[in-house]
Amino acid sequence: MTPVPQGMSRRSDRRVRSVLAVLVALVVLGFSLELAVGAAALDLPRAVACLVAPDPACDPGDRYILLVLRLPRALGAMVVGAGLAVAGAAMQGLFRNPLADPGLVGVSSGAALGAALAIALDRALPAVPGEFAQPALAFAGGLLATWIVHTLARVRGQTSVVGLLLAGIAVSALAGATIGLLGYLADDRQLRDLSLWLLGGLGGLTRPVVLVLVPLVGLAGALLWRRARDLDALLLGEAEAFHLGVDVERLRRRVIAEVALAVGVCVAFTGIIGFVGLIVPHLLRGLVGPRHRLLVPAAALGGAALLLFADAAARTILAPAELPVGILTSLLGAPVFLALLARARPTEAP
Amino acid sequence: MSLVAERVCVDLRGAVLLRDLSLAAECARVLAIVGPSGAGKSTLLRVWSGEQAFDRGAVRFEGCPIDRLPPTALARMRAVLPQQTALRFPLRALEVALLGRLPHPGRGETRRDRDIAWAALELAEVAHLAERLAPTLSGGEQQRVQLARVLAQIWEPTVEHPRRYLLLDEPTANLDPGHAVRIMGRLRRFARATDTALVLVVHDLGAASQCADDLALLHAGRCVAHGAPAEVLTPDRLEACFGARFDVVPAPSGIGLAVLPRPPDDLPP
Repeated sequence: MTPVPQGMSRRSDRRVRSVLAVLVALVVLGFSLELAVGAAALDLPRAVACLVAPDPACDPGDRYILLVLRLPRALGAMVVGAGLAVAGAAMQGLFRNPLADPGLVGVSSGAALGAALAIALDRALPAVPGEFAQPALAFAGGLLATWIVHTLARVRGQTSVVGLLLAGIAVSALAGATIGLLGYLADDRQLRDLSLWLLGGLGGLTRPVVLVLVPLVGLAGALLWRRARDLDALLLGEAEAFHLGVDVERLRRRVIAEVALAVGVCVAFTGIIGFVGLIVPHLLRGLVGPRHRLLVPAAALGGAALLLFADAAARTILAPAELPVGILTSLLGAPVFLALLARARPTEAP
Repeated sequence: MSLVAERVCVDLRGAVLLRDLSLAAECARVLAIVGPSGAGKSTLLRVWSGEQAFDRGAVRFEGCPIDRLPPTALARMRAVLPQQTALRFPLRALEVALLGRLPHPGRGETRRDRDIAWAALELAEVAHLAERLAPTLSGGEQQRVQLARVLAQIWEPTVEHPRRYLLLDEPTANLDPGHAVRIMGRLRRFARATDTALVLVVHDLGAASQCADDLALLHAGRCVAHGAPAEVLTPDRLEACFGARFDVVPAPSGIGLAVLPRPPDDLPP
């Protein structure tokens, strides 16, 4: 048996390494930018020096802005962006469609309904710490909707991809109609809260929130990364994946649960942030290839960088006011998406 | 040592695909399954691969009922080439072949796996395409890349499963005659050398008679004849199954038969 010739795949390996290096650099840059810009511009090097070695000369105001306001938000933006993009990569692999979105299985619309209920019932809710009541309902709504979609799509123990898509559309429509009804019944303040939540923003990413967010999204992301090779096999087709020893039904159940966890937690705290889960993995698949062992970490870096830059921009464009970052990602994402569709090669067509 | 189907019935909501079918694939032998469209050839292959549940009967790998074998154990002893695999994602040919190593401990990510994938690509005559994106290849090239993948899957014996089973559904359907005859020859040699049972679903009766040790003729979900090609492929039996008359003569090469369908009598000159 002749071994693989030396140099095989070297060019594509080099390319992947440089893409990953660029992504890491972008995350670092975006993180610094997110710390530096905002209503109060900070002298970043001095502020960071202050953080590392606190000395009495430090401005306590700067310290407060940096430590209490911006650092959690920057970390949260990173985790949310990474979580949404990794969930998107997994969904696109699971549906074997490069244009699938984590919202397909109803998690986003279910979460939106949960949030809307929390806003409509704000006075009737039991005394939970204020910043967690609404996310808790949103998260529950996301998981419940995903569970309903998955149950509806199961016929005799088998889940069909078309069934998942149709059930997802139906459940999303139902959630949308209910949100509309709640909005119609809401008073002005509730209506504003609701529409702000639906637009998606990172304003809620405070320190306790980020402490919840990081481990949960990190866990979901790590579990999805472990499925990388099984998801690769699924690219060949469901029967082929089974021939290669993959228990497709179990894989599908797990991936959907993990995606629901990652997206549910993110959406619960930030509202709907569109297109990150769709565009980032799709774009990176063209650069690092479809193998999930590389695609998942690349998507995590790409999603983190995108949301850091988008949030930094959202906080400066209308300063001192703040644009909901979901508007920005959708404004950027939709044209990119259309451009991708227009120049999609036949082999990548949905 | 064999893969056995015993009185297997598959009934898909009233459509009976297999009726009481019994057939065995022996190690180190080539079994060709022939028959008209809808006879149940692919269904039998799916039953043997573990993909299709059956209503009655039994399927055994070396005596072990197939439903007792978990997917990974199955995947280490048998590989399946479906009729068509539509790959939409831009994987390279070498990466596709490496996916064949997924059921093994290295999961297709070790040096050894790469060497095996490369050897399988060479056997399928697609090593020169290793760096190409699989969806950009021609139909015949894609089919050979997929063949390399299934060969890589059962390239080596494992400790638990020293004997292997290779199930191929029309492996030469998209190949030109040159590739088809060379690759069939290599597959036959591979089966003999590695003690692998090779099962082929084939449409070309002549080609089947050339490469197979045993031939099974399926019709309407039943196995109507099983044995040496020359015994199975008789003109009367073929006419009963295919609804056309055939001339069956020894092939000029001396290997196998030439099986030629006669045009209908009312064909205009």
